[in-house]
Amino acid sequence: MNPNRDHYPKGEALHRSLSRRYRSASIWQTLFFSALVIAILSLAALLYNVVDGAFGYVAFEYKNDPSEFTSKALDDLNKQELLDILTTNLSSGAFKKLDNEKAMEKRSKSDLYTLVLERLIQIDTKQTWSMTDSIFRSSEIKAEVAKKYPDAKLEFRSWLTPVFLTTPMSSKAEFAGVRTAILGSLWMVGIAILFALPIGTGAAIYLQEYASKNFLNRVIQTNINNLAGVPSIVYGMLGLAIFVRALEPFTSGSMFGVTDSNGRTILSAGLTMGTLVLPLIIINAQEAIKAVPDSLRQAAFGVGATRWQTVWHHVLPNALPGILTGSILAVSRAIGETAPLIVVGASTFISLDPEGPFSKFTALPIQIYQWTTRAQSEFHSIAASAIIVLLILLLSLNATAVLLRNRVQRKY
Amino acid sequence: MKQENTIMENKIFRPLDLKKKMRPAESIIQSLLFISGVLSIFITVAIVYELGKEALLFFNNPDVTFAKFFGTTQWQPGIGLFGIWPLVTSTLVTSFIAMFVSLPLGLAAALFLSEYASPKARSALKPILEILAGIPTVVYGYFALLFMTPLLQKIFGDGVEVYNMLSAGIVMGIMILPLISSMSEDALSAVPRALREGAYAMGATKFETSIQVVLPAALSGIGAALIIGISRAVGETMIVAVAAGSGPNFTFNPFKAAETMTGHIARISGGDLSYNSIDYNSLFAIALMLFLVTLVLNLISQGIINRFRQRYE
Repeated sequence: MNPNRDHYPKGEALHRSLSRRYRSASIWQTLFFSALVIAILSLAALLYNVVDGAFGYVAFEYKNDPSEFTSKALDDLNKQELLDILTTNLSSGAFKKLDNEKAMEKRSKSDLYTLVLERLIQIDTKQTWSMTDSIFRSSEIKAEVAKKYPDAKLEFRSWLTPVFLTTPMSSKAEFAGVRTAILGSLWMVGIAILFALPIGTGAAIYLQEYASKNFLNRVIQTNINNLAGVPSIVYGMLGLAIFVRALEPFTSGSMFGVTDSNGRTILSAGLTMGTLVLPLIIINAQEAIKAVPDSLRQAAFGVGATRWQTVWHHVLPNALPGILTGSILAVSRAIGETAPLIVVGASTFISLDPEGPFSKFTALPIQIYQWTTRAQSEFHSIAASAIIVLLILLLSLNATAVLLRNRVQRKY
Repeated sequence: MKQENTIMENKIFRPLDLKKKMRPAESIIQSLLFISGVLSIFITVAIVYELGKEALLFFNNPDVTFAKFFGTTQWQPGIGLFGIWPLVTSTLVTSFIAMFVSLPLGLAAALFLSEYASPKARSALKPILEILAGIPTVVYGYFALLFMTPLLQKIFGDGVEVYNMLSAGIVMGIMILPLISSMSEDALSAVPRALREGAYAMGATKFETSIQVVLPAALSGIGAALIIGISRAVGETMIVAVAAGSGPNFTFNPFKAAETMTGHIARISGGDLSYNSIDYNSLFAIALMLFLVTLVLNLISQGIINRFRQRYE
């Protein structure tokens, strides 16, 4: 084996070799730790990059001068005056279309104000800058704008505003919001959970409380573990083939008298997402049920309860927090998933709120994907704002899950 | 007289035989639960059947031959080019880069967490990895396109295209890092303490113990983590769809744009796609390949883990 085995260092040589070994040990320890530092730095860079994109200077021009439409300053106009401007200057076709979406008289003042800006004056964004640039190179940017776009206005803008959350989609980044996307995501996740939670819990109960150790049940267990590892886009293809195409009469709603829709609806997306999170829910629910002490079951059987009575009155109530934690994690997975939604056919431009399961839909991650892949930098800014919204949503979900988990741990 | 006696005995002495009591509700519930359990098998069968059916339509097309599929290097099913290689090579390149990043980093992080870190440090550091694992992949796509690519362009100059496999691969590696590190850490902490104590008793340093004793003992678990990581990398869609490029390109140059299998499915199915076209069928052929590759990888990994568990229990 090792030829040096019999020649261990002695005396001075031993000390030298020892200090060499300690040195290399401490170098490697630093290297191992630096892997974690790299992970932390990546996370910091990612978050910084997102925040950096969501705020900053923007240079824009008015395509049409506001004085063409009104003699007053734009901010001083009241609702009726705004409405008059829209009535006189918009083409009757465009006006009718807007009126059909929501009656013009019923719209709020800020809504009308946005319409005037969007349709008549038409803001033309020339360039945007990141937050860091805006803070540290402020004077340079001002000089650059004065030279390149003499007519342009420069303002520091937060792309993430309350208005951003409450306005629907728009083809102009300045007026776009995530309202329809958030509603679409909520609808979809709701359907997914309604579908997957009962079935997933049922399957977990069967596997933990009823199943004997035979071949079929081993196959079911292995299969569930494998399904959890199937790429999400494959679920998308499954959804496309089954929910969108094969079950089209059901998912498009034509079975129920809805006519203006094909199979690419919220319902299809929700069912696809439900299929995707089902294995996760089963595995988590199994863990929760496993954690219920056997003494509870023995006691219930001892006083003559049947198996189902034991499960329903003793096992499930005790496993419930764990099952809920698992389903919250499944929800946060479903909210962030993008690939299956693209395949199932999320529409990218939806300006109307979804009305029910048979509506066409868009979702938050779909909007982020769309906006990120646009070339203009103002779309990257709203993509960054949408990412912040998504991350806050996920963070609050996960915080809830952690709190629930801690409560369970305290109990046993 | 005798008969009466037995009836009396029955009534008085024998306890009620509840086992034979019919409980229709109970058995209905049990069969519902069984159906929920079996549904997962239906999902697998449905995946194989649906993907297989459409993929078969693709392979039965007279234009698609085995020689063309594996022998040519251009993929444009719409105009009769059926060489799968450009999609496969870009998938391989991005996955390789991702593993090249995530395996050493993930393993080093796992070694630190399991062998060096105090319980306090571990409970502070692990949540960071968990946050990294919880970030949606489309956000990683944004990060790859708008942070990593400009950074790489600064480092490597103009040779780096706006869409490139390197940036997508590196970011994918960061995404997979938490998975590798948590699975490896599980494997490392499953190594019995006696092995470590033995090494220390022989005068080994902590580093020598970790590398020469603990790591080899946990190697199968780490192998399982590696395989799961590869399977994740192969199936990852959004990072490559955003950052790796849109258009099949037969190249091994990581600075170039090239579309992966998953990215191709996402782009083509995102557009207006008519059913029963060769494009539509070809997507299912690709998806079937993806499914089979990841299935085999997952099964191998699970097999390794099962064997590994038996060894130390």
